[in-house]
Amino acid sequence: MRRRALVGLLVCLLVAGFYPAAATGQQPVKLTFWSWRVEDKWAYDKIIQAFQQRNPGIQVEFVPFKATEYNTILSSALTAGKGPDIIHLRAYGGLETFAAPGYIAQLDFDKLPELKTFSRQLLDGARGRKDGKLYGVPFATQSLVIYYNKKIFAQNNLSVPKTWDEFLTVLKTLKDHGVLPLANGGKEGWTLEVMSGVVAPNFYGGTAFYDAVTRGQTSFKDTAYTNALAKMLDLRPYMHPNFMGVDYTTMQQQFINEQAAMFIGGSWEIGFFKAQNKDLDFDIFVAPPSKAGTTPWVSSYNDGNYGVNAKTPYMDAALKFIQFTATREFGQMFTDMLAQLSAVPGVEVRDPILKRVQELSRKSTPYIMLVGFRWQAPTGSTLLQSALQGMMAGSKTPEQVGDEVTKGLSAWFEPFQGR
Amino acid sequence: MRTSRRMWLVFFLGPATVVFAAFITYPILSALAFSMYAWEGIGRRGFIGLANFARLFATFPYSGLLVNAFWHNVLVFVVTMLIQNVTALGLAVLLARSPWGTRGYRVVFFLPVMLSLVIVGFLWALFLNPIFGLVNKFLTLAHAGALARPWLGDASTSLLTLIVVNAWRWLGFPTIVFLAGINAVPEEYVEAARIDGAGEWDVIRRIIFPLLAPAVTIIVLLTFIGSFNWFELPYIMQGVSGAPNRATDVLSLLFYRTAFGEVDTGLQDIGIGSAIAVLMFALLLTVSAVGAVLLRRREVELA
Repeated sequence: MRRRALVGLLVCLLVAGFYPAAATGQQPVKLTFWSWRVEDKWAYDKIIQAFQQRNPGIQVEFVPFKATEYNTILSSALTAGKGPDIIHLRAYGGLETFAAPGYIAQLDFDKLPELKTFSRQLLDGARGRKDGKLYGVPFATQSLVIYYNKKIFAQNNLSVPKTWDEFLTVLKTLKDHGVLPLANGGKEGWTLEVMSGVVAPNFYGGTAFYDAVTRGQTSFKDTAYTNALAKMLDLRPYMHPNFMGVDYTTMQQQFINEQAAMFIGGSWEIGFFKAQNKDLDFDIFVAPPSKAGTTPWVSSYNDGNYGVNAKTPYMDAALKFIQFTATREFGQMFTDMLAQLSAVPGVEVRDPILKRVQELSRKSTPYIMLVGFRWQAPTGSTLLQSALQGMMAGSKTPEQVGDEVTKGLSAWFEPFQGR
Repeated sequence: MRTSRRMWLVFFLGPATVVFAAFITYPILSALAFSMYAWEGIGRRGFIGLANFARLFATFPYSGLLVNAFWHNVLVFVVTMLIQNVTALGLAVLLARSPWGTRGYRVVFFLPVMLSLVIVGFLWALFLNPIFGLVNKFLTLAHAGALARPWLGDASTSLLTLIVVNAWRWLGFPTIVFLAGINAVPEEYVEAARIDGAGEWDVIRRIIFPLLAPAVTIIVLLTFIGSFNWFELPYIMQGVSGAPNRATDVLSLLFYRTAFGEVDTGLQDIGIGSAIAVLMFALLLTVSAVGAVLLRRREVELA
């Protein structure tokens, strides 16, 4: 089947080469759009319909692959000189992997003036680290928050905590009343990194520390950072006694089925939680700071980008499509259908919980390892996730975690060498 | 006559040779080539000789990860030999005496081998779930709740748990091989030994075990190759990162992670990944070859 499609494509290319007028004039241009968002296909199909109505000469086909296999499939296709015209790309280092070797078309403000209005922090997730050039249109921003079950809070006369100590009191009250306070587990390391992204910034000082560490003025051995990680240990008694065996799916089920009062996670869960349990009455708050009155930090990041294959024969049409993804019309459809915060500025958020995420994320700080240290292997995330599993299981101290991450990153991050 | 015979040889061996060359020889050679180039993301850069190997052995965390994964593979091999193959031998000896319901037992022992490994992995991951899994529920019911633990999330139990699940899946295979070996022992030998006054244990030790040597050779080699290529079960049950904290990391997982990256976590480093693949191939080839020669020699001596 695929081979037939390939042969067909080659024949089309050949014909197009001989009769350029016919290809650009009458025949509609067919673009393929690869993605790892299998569950979002219905929404993309609708978005593409809206685009096609506006651009009758261009047809777009959305082809999603299994998320865990997407990178492997995309790498093989691109290195073989093939691949789609439009590519759903991750951000930061995940984009650099494909952009640095020249597989992704360079963009700029002349080609896509719409990008000028995007926030700088989001555009940084679409830039190559080596050349600083833009390679995609950011599609969403994600923030890391704490979900809570409003019904369980009301039953136990609890309100949203304003300080870290109040937070610990809330957790203790729930535990004393026989409720599992936190759904979180440690079987999958990335869920622990998310937890550190929620808890730690208030204690290490948010963006000031981020700037210092990414400039190499300090390292992750800094007590500011390791003491912040140690705060995660405060939460350990309020997770399931066997939490080290609790995986991501079990975490989600515990919260959705109202078996646990809180869930520390990312803003991407909102749509899923609602779809799974219509009666679940939940809201979000952000990790409370140590002192009342200070605005807490919220880790957030660019979730990914839409890019164009540098070797596409239909560059103009492909650019037209990703230009469309930078418009407010697209952003509005994206936010309404997928319950995620579109990267396009000025989009009106109608979902009340998502709106709260947007408001609380005003004081945002980069999600430290993803934004700053996922540029080369071994990434800060790989190192941190595994070490955090050791820390939460009690076999490593926060200082050892800091040492390990710093030492591992020094393989490619020069400022850490010799620290 | 001779040309037509040659034609037939080409006709039958040709396709297999082509497939083998395209899907086995070429990838091995290209991995060897890839391991000697510098990589930038998925783009190949200049030739750098053995620098990737030097990087693999000299830089943290790769050096530690490699040693850690290697010893896990060794542990998988040793424990699998002990619990899977020794149990299989015992079962084969018992089944060879044709107790009541032999056929039924044979089917039961062999059934898990026919289940897809993916299904086995998911099934056991559910059984072992620390909150609603059968294993911990059963322990609590049996008043052994203190033994309940996060089997797959605890660094001290996760690898052993995986090995036991793997042995559960594979047990039937060595059992059948050993049983076939025992059944192939000529009845006269056993009878002669009995007439000479040999007891049950003597018959097993002095007649059956030596004649089982070829079956043992096959099982030991297959267990070795299986243990050092072990990938599917840890991947399905623990994911690609060898969680928790590399407690279930094995060479194939380390290779996969470095060559293809971890989704939303790690980036690929094709140079290091290819270097690991080359080392694994060299290790398997050498040990299998030496092992085969030694075990064959033993077969001859025993026979």
